[in-house]
Amino acid sequence: MSVVAAPGAMAPRESRLVPRLLIGAAVALSMIFVVVPMAFIFSRAFAAGWQAFSQNILSPDTLHAIYLTMLVAVIVVPLNIAFGIAAAWVVARFSFPGRKTLLTLIEIPFSISPIIAGICYLLLYGRQGLLGPYLLANDVQILFALPGIVLVTMFVTSPFVMREVLPLMQAQGSEQEQAALTLGASGWQVFRRVTLPNIRWALLYGAILCGARAIGEFGGVSVVSGNIRGQTNTLPLQIDLLFHDLNVAGSFAAATTLTLLALVVLIGKTIMESRRA
Amino acid sequence: MTSASLPASAKRSKRVLPGFGLTMGVTLTYLGVIVLLPVIALVLKGAEIGPARFWAIATAPRTLAALQLTLTAAAMATVFNAIYGVLMAWVLVRYNFPGRRLLDALVDIPFALPTAVAGLALSALFAANGWYGAILEPMGIQVVFTIWGVAAAMAFTSIPFVIRTVQPVLEDLDPQYEEAARTLGAHPFTIFRRVVFPAIFPALLVGITLSFARSLGEFGAVIFIAGNLPFKTEIASLLAVIRLEEYDYNGAAVIALTLLIIALVLLAISNILQARALRYRGKTG
Repeated sequence: MSVVAAPGAMAPRESRLVPRLLIGAAVALSMIFVVVPMAFIFSRAFAAGWQAFSQNILSPDTLHAIYLTMLVAVIVVPLNIAFGIAAAWVVARFSFPGRKTLLTLIEIPFSISPIIAGICYLLLYGRQGLLGPYLLANDVQILFALPGIVLVTMFVTSPFVMREVLPLMQAQGSEQEQAALTLGASGWQVFRRVTLPNIRWALLYGAILCGARAIGEFGGVSVVSGNIRGQTNTLPLQIDLLFHDLNVAGSFAAATTLTLLALVVLIGKTIMESRRA
Repeated sequence: MTSASLPASAKRSKRVLPGFGLTMGVTLTYLGVIVLLPVIALVLKGAEIGPARFWAIATAPRTLAALQLTLTAAAMATVFNAIYGVLMAWVLVRYNFPGRRLLDALVDIPFALPTAVAGLALSALFAANGWYGAILEPMGIQVVFTIWGVAAAMAFTSIPFVIRTVQPVLEDLDPQYEEAARTLGAHPFTIFRRVVFPAIFPALLVGITLSFARSLGEFGAVIFIAGNLPFKTEIASLLAVIRLEEYDYNGAAVIALTLLIIALVLLAISNILQARALRYRGKTG
């Protein structure tokens, strides 16, 4: 009897074994390469206890870095929202020659390394740069100061809001907006009462992504900030600085704030997806 | 005014919706000032250097070593991500198990986590006294300050690309072909190789291109773990920054332009592949 049952029993057991192995491998690799590195940050930051952690995070230079990083995000995100809505509107609602080229140009910052962006800015606004002599003559400081950090961050984050809003605008079509116009609404009324409510969740998620990227930006900012302690150091640069000062505990303490931010992004994404579904 | 101008504009063209001038103006101004102007500055600098000196700087031994390291490590990272990405996409789409949705959400951590934080965590993990280093170094495997560290950092920051491009294709794949192959007695691995793999291949190529491009440009995560020794573990973008710090603007511009050209070529390839993948899906679907 067992001889007869064996072939039939073999097949389901084999087909259960392979999935289990694959799931096991996927979970193990994800733990090793994704989850543990993130958990490790908290483990190191709190290794010496709460007091050491709060001392590290409340050091004047780190506090200033947090302030500067927030300031940059507060300037960049609203500008990116305005650009994102305008660009999505023009691409989704109108057909014109060069529309595809415009879309490619908008997405180009995604394929350019932030370091290259930083170098471009240095060659534009630097002392030997294209606009350097003019800026020097008029005593305008862009590089190694807040404006430079803001501009590079705007470059790096520019496609974020547009990319979330555009697919939604295209999927929804313009019937509602046209109906509102026919009923006599003005352009701004259509935008405020019809377009904005329709895209608000995508807009919010795009803004979260843009903000997170602005706060976490490292390469581009490191080129143009000049790394002046307590002045032009953003939080990611401060992490680098503390690391090279061999203040690893301080470095990890500063990193926890950015890790929490990453968790906010993940939660935002999960909520967005459940709304779409 | 709106009610008066509406019929006229409707007659004039299909542009019934308002705001074309305003939104186009905002878009072009932002794009021009923030993105195009700085890129033009780089291109003009390259033109000023001239082809002969450009070539001399680009083929200097230290530049070549940095470019070679960057390309090799990016290729290593991409191979890992291709295998891990297909495995993850397969597991997330085909199997139902407790924690599947959580695993799906965790995949996005590398995109959400700032690269400096990722670099800090990886370098401390793989250091001799870190959780991974303590296991690997007694076995004679050193990751920090070697090409393996560079590749590990690049792999981490580009993990989601392959998964997120292959996943939707697998979801759309009609199971009837696999069932047919199974009825005909094909081995599960043969089914994967002959039926599933050809269907996901175009999407996989797009994911690989994106992953490779991102790895080439990665900076923050790499410099923490690489040790940045010239000729050994110095990536191209770091060498560009070092040239800037030496006030060698020509050197920095040449490396930046080289990386920019590679990035744009990869972008063009990925766009072509994406268009092809869409056509392929259009045919089968």
